[in-house]
Parts: sequence; C-alpha cells; structure tokens
Amino acid sequence: MNENLFTSFTTPVILGLPLVTLIVLFPSLLFPTSNRLVNNRFVTLQQWMLQLVSKQMMSIHNSKGQTWTLMLMSLILFIGSTNLLGLLPHSFTPTTQLSMNLGMAIPLWAGAVITGFRNKTKASLAHFLPQGTPTPLIPMLVIIETISLFIQPMALAVRLTANITAGHLLIHLIGGATLALMSISTTTALITFTILILLTILEFAVAMIQAYVFTLLVSLYLHDNT
Amino acid sequence: AASEKKLLEVKLGELPSWILMRDFTPSGIAGAFQRGYYRYYNKYVNVKKGSIAGLSMVLAAYVFLNYCRSYKELKHERLRKYH
Repeated sequence: MNENLFTSFTTPVILGLPLVTLIVLFPSLLFPTSNRLVNNRFVTLQQWMLQLVSKQMMSIHNSKGQTWTLMLMSLILFIGSTNLLGLLPHSFTPTTQLSMNLGMAIPLWAGAVITGFRNKTKASLAHFLPQGTPTPLIPMLVIIETISLFIQPMALAVRLTANITAGHLLIHLIGGATLALMSISTTTALITFTILILLTILEFAVAMIQAYVFTLLVSLYLHDNT
Repeated sequence: AASEKKLLEVKLGELPSWILMRDFTPSGIAGAFQRGYYRYYNKYVNVKKGSIAGLSMVLAAYVFLNYCRSYKELKHERLRKYH
C-alpha cells in the first residue's frame, strides 16, 4: 500500500520512450478549431465558454496588457483540461509534476515583472514600498516586499501541484478505505462511499478553480506591470 | 492489381504484400492519423445534432489506453489470497 500510493504519480514511460509527451498533447485533440460562422454544437459551446472567460478576465487590462490574451486563455484551457482529464480513472495528470508547474509559472511571472521593469521602471520599483510607512521601518519593509515578490512564482507552482496531488491522494486513500471496509461493516463503507462522492465533486470544482486561480494571478501580476 | 484496393477487398493471401505496399514514410503516417481523426470527427462531432457520445467515446478510449499502460502495476492489486 505504501509503495503503490505514489506510483500513480510517476511519469509514464513505455519501453523507455516518454509517453508523457503524448499525454500532455492529448487535451489539444479535444479543442477543435473551425473557421465557420455557424459550427457544430461542440465547437459552439467551446467558443461561447472561451468568450465568456476571456471577457471576464481581460477586461481589467489596458491595451498593452490585452496583448497577453492568447497566452492567458491557452493557459487556463490547458490547466483546466489537464486537471479535469486527470479525474478519469487510471489517467496521468501532468500538473501533479512540480517540474511542469514551475516551467509554467516562472516564465510567465518573469515576463510580467521584466515587462514592468523595462517599461515603467519607477512605478515597478515603487511597488517595493507601500504608501505611508513610517521612516524607520523602510529598510525592513523593502526586504519583505522583495522576498514576497520572489516568492510569487514558487507559490504559483507549488499551489497548483499541492492542490491537485492532495486531491488525487485523498481519492486514492478514501477509495481504498471504502473497498477494505466493505467486508468488515457495510454501513461504515456506505458512509465512506458518500464521503468519496462528495470528494469527487470537490475535485471537479478544484480542477477548474485551480486553473482559474493560476491564470488570475498571472493576470494580476501583469496588471501591476503594464 | 493488389496495389490500390481498400482493406476489405484484399484477399487473405494478398495481405502481406498489401501491408508492405502501404506508405510508411513519416508524412504517410501523419496522413493516416489525419485521415483517421477527420473520419471520426466528421462522423460523430461535426454533425448538426452532435450528442455527448462523440466526446465520451474518446474519453472511454483514453481511460482504456491508460489502463493498458498501467496494467503492470495494477495486477498486484487484485483480490487474491496469494500474490
């Protein structure tokens, strides 16, 4: 039980070839593109959803920030679809790997911060000191603000990894507990099964919320810096 | 005579030569995947009243392939007295 609790998080390799590439590319199959005005139901639903999300998320930015729309929309679609696909039985979720989340978080955060430093240097440096601090506190506060700035990409990556991994682990554990309890006492097994159902509903919500939060935070860092 | 027939029209004895005559270049394999994708897409998704079945069949195949991939670890979790 101890060993195979974490084996579902190892990167899939078949005959030494990285199968994980195919699994990461798979969600792109589920978003077909179409150049027509009136499409089939599947594509229409996706386009409606995408328009809703992009309007809600990009309305706070000025025209310079809105050049990032494509990037942020692809980001939320990717994280949302990979998280939701990971809820299917036996599937592998790429977002449980810290390496991949760091690879998403660090470039995006760095891009937003460096854009801010290049285009609005004074305003970006001014972020390190909140308004109205008493003079003796200034050095300490600058240090604290610097630390909090550099923690942002780490927090983005670790938040996503930890949430998704913890959810998957909980489902494994409670499912295993339900199975083991069935032969011992059926009522307890039924209670555990109800917990499992509630947990699965939570995981669906978490899958989408995490995608939203990641993208929202990147967009916030962008807003600060454009 | 056996070069351009479709698979269902090839006689059993001609099968090896038919397979060898297929296009195994990278662009040929890519073309095969593209044709297979559009065949599925146009039959089940790109229709006027597409239903959930078009998407669910893809997801079911995905689950099945993942099961096959992790069978080696999963066979230790069967309910047996001796493993």
